Formats: sequence, structure tokens, C-alpha cells
Amino acid sequence: MKKDNHNEQGKKITRRGFLKVLGASSAVVAAGGLMEACNGGKTTEAETSPQEPPKGQMTYRTNHNTNDKVSILGFGMMRLPVVGGALGASGREDPDAPLDQEMINRQVDYALEHGINYFDTSPAYCKGRSEEATGIALARHKRTDYFIATKLSNFAPETWPEKESKAMFEQSLKYLQTDYVDYLLLHSVGGGDDCYQMFNQRYMDNGILDWLVEQKKKGRIRNLGFSFHGDQKIFDMLLKWMDEGKYHWDFVQIEMNYLDWEYAQQINDRNVDAKYLYEELTKRNIPAVVMEPLLGGRLANLPDRIVEQMKRREPDRSVASWAFRFCATFPNVLTSLSGMTYMEHLKDNLLSHCPLKPLTEEELKFLANIAKQVYDLKNIPCTGCQYCMPCPYGIDIPSIFAHYNKCIKEGNLARHSKDEEYARMRRAFLIGYDRSVPKLRQALHCIGCNQCSPHCPQRIHIPEQMQMVNDYVEKLKQGTL
Amino acid sequence: MKHKRLWRIIRQILGASTFILITLLFLDFSGVLHKYLSFLAKMQFIAAFMTASVTSVVILIAILAVTLVFGRVYCSVVCPMGIFQDGMARLGRIGRKNPYSYSKAKNILRYSVLVVFIVVCSMAGFAGLASLIEPYSAYGRMAQNLFQPIYLWCNNLLALIAERVNSYAFYEKEVWIRSIPTFVIAAVTFVAIGFLAIRNGRTYCNTICPVGSILGLFSRFSLLKMHIDEEKCVGCDLCTKNCKASCINGREHLIDHSRCVMCGDCMAQCPQEAIDYKHIKWTSEFAQKRAEDAKVTEQKPEKVDEGKRAFTLTSLMLLAGAATAQTKVKLDGGLAKIEDKMEPKRGTPIVPPGAHSLKDFTRRCTACQLCVSKCPNDVLRPSKELTTLMQPRMSFEKGACRVECTACSEVCPTGAISLITKEEKSSIKIGHAVWVQQNCVAVTDKVECGNCARHCPAGAIMMLPIDPKDESSVKRPVVNENKCIGCGMCEYVCPSRPYPAIFVVGEEEHEMI
Repeated sequence: MKKDNHNEQGKKITRRGFLKVLGASSAVVAAGGLMEACNGGKTTEAETSPQEPPKGQMTYRTNHNTNDKVSILGFGMMRLPVVGGALGASGREDPDAPLDQEMINRQVDYALEHGINYFDTSPAYCKGRSEEATGIALARHKRTDYFIATKLSNFAPETWPEKESKAMFEQSLKYLQTDYVDYLLLHSVGGGDDCYQMFNQRYMDNGILDWLVEQKKKGRIRNLGFSFHGDQKIFDMLLKWMDEGKYHWDFVQIEMNYLDWEYAQQINDRNVDAKYLYEELTKRNIPAVVMEPLLGGRLANLPDRIVEQMKRREPDRSVASWAFRFCATFPNVLTSLSGMTYMEHLKDNLLSHCPLKPLTEEELKFLANIAKQVYDLKNIPCTGCQYCMPCPYGIDIPSIFAHYNKCIKEGNLARHSKDEEYARMRRAFLIGYDRSVPKLRQALHCIGCNQCSPHCPQRIHIPEQMQMVNDYVEKLKQGTL
Repeated sequence: MKHKRLWRIIRQILGASTFILITLLFLDFSGVLHKYLSFLAKMQFIAAFMTASVTSVVILIAILAVTLVFGRVYCSVVCPMGIFQDGMARLGRIGRKNPYSYSKAKNILRYSVLVVFIVVCSMAGFAGLASLIEPYSAYGRMAQNLFQPIYLWCNNLLALIAERVNSYAFYEKEVWIRSIPTFVIAAVTFVAIGFLAIRNGRTYCNTICPVGSILGLFSRFSLLKMHIDEEKCVGCDLCTKNCKASCINGREHLIDHSRCVMCGDCMAQCPQEAIDYKHIKWTSEFAQKRAEDAKVTEQKPEKVDEGKRAFTLTSLMLLAGAATAQTKVKLDGGLAKIEDKMEPKRGTPIVPPGAHSLKDFTRRCTACQLCVSKCPNDVLRPSKELTTLMQPRMSFEKGACRVECTACSEVCPTGAISLITKEEKSSIKIGHAVWVQQNCVAVTDKVECGNCARHCPAGAIMMLPIDPKDESSVKRPVVNENKCIGCGMCEYVCPSRPYPAIFVVGEEEHEMI
């Protein structure tokens, strides 16, 4: 999630400083009001932003299967805005709040106006509310102006039977207010402890894959593919099926970004480097759809010393723009999906693709070095996708990991009690922890039942990481770091 | 003469500082201030009396010596309840000139209260009840139950703003009522004593307060006293009408030194400068006696309006109730709902490490709530049992008694919780954990949990197969009673709700392991 980056001051404010700021800011507000009154509300030239994305400049890639001209930036509908925004009444997003349909409509309109024509959703997203919201927003436009991608998200065992899985697809069409899907994916292939068994249960034993092929023949599906996370064995198997002519994949969705390019496996040996995945697809001329180009915002939210290196090169472009340009530089990438929760994300991402300025060899080397530095941060590789939630014991898994990563980013993760700023870092970590996660939802209360891990597309061993975070908290509290 | 006003100013400055600091001692939750301020609690008369250590005996002797020289200055500059009444009385004088009048000493009442207090205190198990009228503890209860929540709300407001600007200067602290009976008692004390103080000044000090009665016995013979110069006095009665202790009989030029707290208001008020603070001969005591016997018109204090008080109380409680309900709403819900935990029925209650035994603790604790206000993990709360009413008890719904914390032992002014180090704490056994099979998730949810074992700081819990004959059966916790210290971590982290599947039962005698 990119939400945090606008709050990126990262300033260390002492209590005295804080009180001063409090006093001063109220004075400034009062003075500001006066000034405005004197100006008569006139706007000057300097106030108009030079950062408005242009129209008609979007870069497109062609899908050779159907000759679709697809915008290189796709709209991911997994991180939709909710009413009340990221700062709800309690200072954080209210998980019960309804989706902000008005904002979604506005963003979809704006996206279409600026050339985005690929919208990716799933029956599972946003607690099952994404498809309907996407349908409402898109149905207000001409059906041929955009491509819809959705998935067969039959994760729960209750949805494995043929009837249930078929019903899921039909329901998708209803929600999306259409009679065909442009891009349909087998959702998140490669998960589970036994990836073959899981795949068979979801798509083979019930005959669903064959049924989907049939639907494609009927024209209800224009492109059939799968999204992949995790075990390489199943990726290789599915591509082999294509080599053998058993099934044809019109496209494959993979997790790709400059960190996962060569570090995915080092970060978690149960994962596969994006480089391997991309090259295997390119060999077979299968268009690649990129997901997690920003790793849920983590690549937009980097420590100052890394940001500085990027800003020295492109002072006026966002940190996120590097991540997007990286993906789009590869010619076999059909589109990169970004969950743009707020208008600012959408505008910034449009600027990175309208038109695309591919990275040079030298810039790619620069990013490889950045990737090494990001890898060395030793973040917990959570992207905040919420697939693990809700934890039956009430733990707020993504928020715990987000807090830990935020502390790494802001330099608040003390490594030793003799660290120069240990006291400040300790305070920031512990107070921030209680702010981000209510006490009873913290890592301490994880019982290690491990019901979450199989759902994690990043294949994080969640209980282990929970214990790691909790051990760290204990050390801070007991002063034994 | 300047010094006549000076005395009063010094008294006011000293009193106000003690009052503010001792109140801060109760309000602060950061664990910093008590290191510098807890001496103020240890200077309190009854607290020092209960401690019975070398330091506390020195403190007691000092208090009595000061009283023998200066009179009851203790009541004016050390006792927070006394200063609280001075403050309320000042409020009461707004728009009311010369509001007080002389009244006879209520000797039968105050000395019988004192005797009952001493008898009750000496009987183990009733100290909690005796503390109802003990001035420092009564003030502490008010501070913890009524003032600390306000302080916390202000802090939480700052914390909210701090969070928005990415500052860690303030952090939020949950506000909750730990025990309804104690809260009600604190509120009633506040209303009753506050009301009496607004109307009549220090009524409580001279009729109920056991410390006042004891010190009064000494101050009769103090070296320095307030004295009215009959030559100068014109009989304007301004001193009588401004005496919060109602102890000046202006017409007879007599002052009851057992009640006078040396506030100096009379001295500052007297237009003739006829009142002086100086050494006077014992003979005046006899004159005093004569005056006591003389007939004097008395004003009986009006009865407190019970109906009005009950109304204020109920509305206060309703308000507090609404506030707690709101904090609960803040818990969110795209996440699984977390049911509130309930306290299991413990055979023996748990008292903090540093208390030597349940009996010794019950005898010494005056229920001032200082430890409760300091507990950073929300473990301590006042007892609801009649015999130990308001004395702290431990329970682990909101947190466990963490190994690195010895806050309660650092602040306890009475020695009910004696000072211990972190190292000592980790080996003092205050209780032991017991397992409740039917609540354990290993049985109810059939999942491997082991959270209690994982987080036990003493390493006292093992996970063994629930069916001893089947190694592969799901594992259950087994407590090694020799290592368990009763810190409650297992109880706190147990996922079973509302009743935990593992909980601590207190030990009557604490022992080192």
C-alpha cells in the first residue's frame, strides 16, 4: 500500500519540540487565514501544479493473441478506497467502512480519460466487494473501451465443487455487468503446502479448467491465463502443458519488480526469481502481466538514503516511478497492475507511463544496486494484500508487519542497546506498535496455529515472523537487546 | 507587621507545592516521576506508621517533633487531604465574606473515632475498612479514580495530535474503571469532604481524621502557638469568622490549639495585628479549658443534601460508563472480534511480589491506590471483597505482571509491598498456574497452540500430548509448579475467551524459588 508515503516526514520530534510546533502551528493557521483574506483568494501561477498527467500519451502494448491494444499501466482493483479514507475517526482506516463508490467512479473515469484500459479484479478482493464496485464504475462506459480481467478465486474448500466454481464465474459476469470477460485467470496458482494437490482440487478434479476452455470457445472468455505465486514446480508444469499442446495460456500474471527480479528466492527460498518467470514466458511468447510492481507500496516507501540516490537522478519524479519504469521496460510485459487507492497514486503512476521512458542499461544497473540495498534492509516481505485475514484469533497480521517494516524504513529498528539513539528508537518502536496495532491484536497473541500461512502469496511463514517480531518487542521491553 | 503575612504565604507555597507534587505522583503513568516523588507518600503519618522501618520511625519522630515545636503544620503542608480542603474552602469563600464561626471541639466523636480506628487497624483483615477515613489514602483514591482519568484524557488528546504529526512525545493510555465500589467510595469521599470544606472548612480534620486527632494531642503542648493579645483585640471577631478550623473563640480571646493547623489566616486578617505566632506559657492551657466549658453559641453544620449528592453521583457514574462504552467501539472489526476476557475464580487472590504474605499485606495496606495508578500493565485493581475492600489485587485480562517491572514495590509507602529488585522479582513465587481442560483451544479448536509455554518467562510450562499413550495427539500445557512464579503471562496470552484455559491462583505465603 502506498498510503504511508505521503506521511513521510520521518522527523524526530521531541516532546518540547512537539509542544512548540503545536503552539506555532495554531498561530500560523490564524496568520494564514488573515493573509488569505488580504489576498482576496487570488491564485498565482506558481500554484498550478506542473505534475498533471497529459492525455493521449499512454504507451500501449499489443496482445498478439487477440490483438488487444492494452495500456502499459493497468488498474488493480484490490486496494479500493473506503469511506472515511486512510485516516478514519480512529486515525487509521476503518476496516468495516463501505467502499467509496463515488471515488472509485471518479478514478475509473479519470483512468479511462488518460488511456488506461485494463481493469483487474477478483471475486475475493476487498472482502468480496471489488467486482461489484468495478462493475458499477465500468458499466457507465462503452464496453469496448476497456478490458476486464477477473479470476476464478476458489480458495475455500467449499468452492471447489464444479457447481460452486461455475457459479463463481457466473456471479462475476453479473457483478461486472457484462456477458464476457476479456482476461480470466486461475487465481494464485502455486500455493498450499502441496501445490499439485491444491491445483488439482481447485481446477482439475472438478473439470473446471476444461469447462473454462469451453467458455473461451463460446467467446465468454477472450483470454485464459493464470496468476502465479510460489512453488516453481507448478509453474514449470503448466508451461510444459502448453509445450505439449495440452492447454494454451494466452497470458500469465507474475509478481515482478526490481527487488524480486533477482532476490525473490534469497528473500524466501520457497519463491522464484521474477527473472526466471519472465524469461520462461518470453521464450514461449506468452505476454506477461505484472503484479506487485511496487510490492504493496514497499518500493515506494524507502529509507532516506536510498530515496536520495533516486532523487539525485530524477529529482522531480517519484520513488515509485522507478519501480514502474523497471517493469514496463521489458517488452514482453503487457501491462503492470497497480492498486491505486487514491487519486494521487493514479496521477503519479500515469506520469510514469504517459509516455513510458524505458530504463537505459545504465539505469537498470543502478536499480540492481538499489535492489541489493533494499534486500539488505531485511524487511518482512509482506505486501499487505490481506489474503491471510481475518486471523481467527484476532491478530492483525499485515499491520504488525507493516509497523516492523516502517520502523526499518525510518531507522527505528535498534540492533543493540548500545546503539547511539537506542532510547529514541525504542520509544518509537514500542509507542508506534501500540498505535498501529491494538494490544490484543499484537504478535504476542499469535498462537501459531498457522492457518494463515497457506494463504500468503509471498509464502511468508507467518507464525515464525510473528514470533520474531514479538521476541524483538520483548527484548526492547526487558532491555536485553 | 510583615511577618504576619509572610507566615501564611510560606504555608501556602509549601502546601500548594506538596499538593501539586503528590497529585502528580498519582497522575503520572510514565514511570518516571515516582522515582523523585514517592518520598512524599512515604512522609505520610499513617503510611510511616505502617511501614515500621528505621526510616519510617525517623519520619514519625520528625513529624511529632515538628508538631511539638510548631503545632499541626503537618496538616497544612504535608497532608494532601488537608490542603485539598483548604483549596475547596477557598472556593467556598468566593462571594462569602467571613463565613465561619467558632464551634466547640467534638471530643467524644473524634476520640472515639480514633480508638475505633486503632482497634480496627490492629486487627488483620480490616485495615482496608479503616483506610476509609485515613486522610492520605482517601485522597489517593480520589486522585486515582477521579483525577487520573481526566489527566489521561488530556494526555490521550495530545497523543492523538502527536500521532498525526508523527511524533512519539505522547502515547495513549487506556482509561477504565478498575472497581465500581472503589470508584463510588472515592466519588462519595470527594463530594462529602469537598462539600463540608466548601461550607465549613476543616470539619473533617477535626471530627473524623485519626491523624488530626493524634497530632492534636501533641499540638496542645507545642512550643509555638497562635496567640491573641487581649490588649490589642477590639473584639471584631474577624479571626473567628475566618478560621477554617472553627477553633478561635474571639470573644474569649482563646484558641483551641488541638485543632489549629497554623494556617495563619487569622494572623493575616486581624486589623489590629493582635494575633501573633509565638511561644506562650502553659498556663494559657487552663484558660483554654475554661473557655471550652463556657457557653458559646454554636452553629451546627447543615446536613448534606443526600438527594442532590446521590444525583451527582449517579450522573458521574453514567458519564464514566458512557466513556468506557465508547472506547470499546474503537476496537475494529474487518478483523475477527475479540471477546473481552473475564476474571476466573481464583481460590486465593494474588497480591504483588514484595508483599510477604497475604496476611501481612492485608494488615499493612491502607488502600491508597498509588500502586494501582502506577501499574503500567493494568494488572492491579482494587479488591471488591468486604474484608480487603479497595486493597490491590492482581488479574491479567489486560496485561501480565511483566518481569522487568517493579513499579508497585517502588512506590508503596506503607511497606505492604516492600522494595524488590528485578532479579528478586523473577524468583518470587506469588502464585501458580492451573490448567482448565475444557477451555483450552487444544480441546475446543483442536489446534496446536502452546502460547502459554512460548511466553512463560520462567520456562515453567511444557507441552505434552493430551493423551499420554498417544505421542501424536495434540499437545496440552503442563505446569512445573516448582518454576512457576505466578506472573500471569500464560493467562494473558491464552486465546481462550472469555475465561482463560490457564490461570494463576495466588499463594498465601510468597516464597523465593
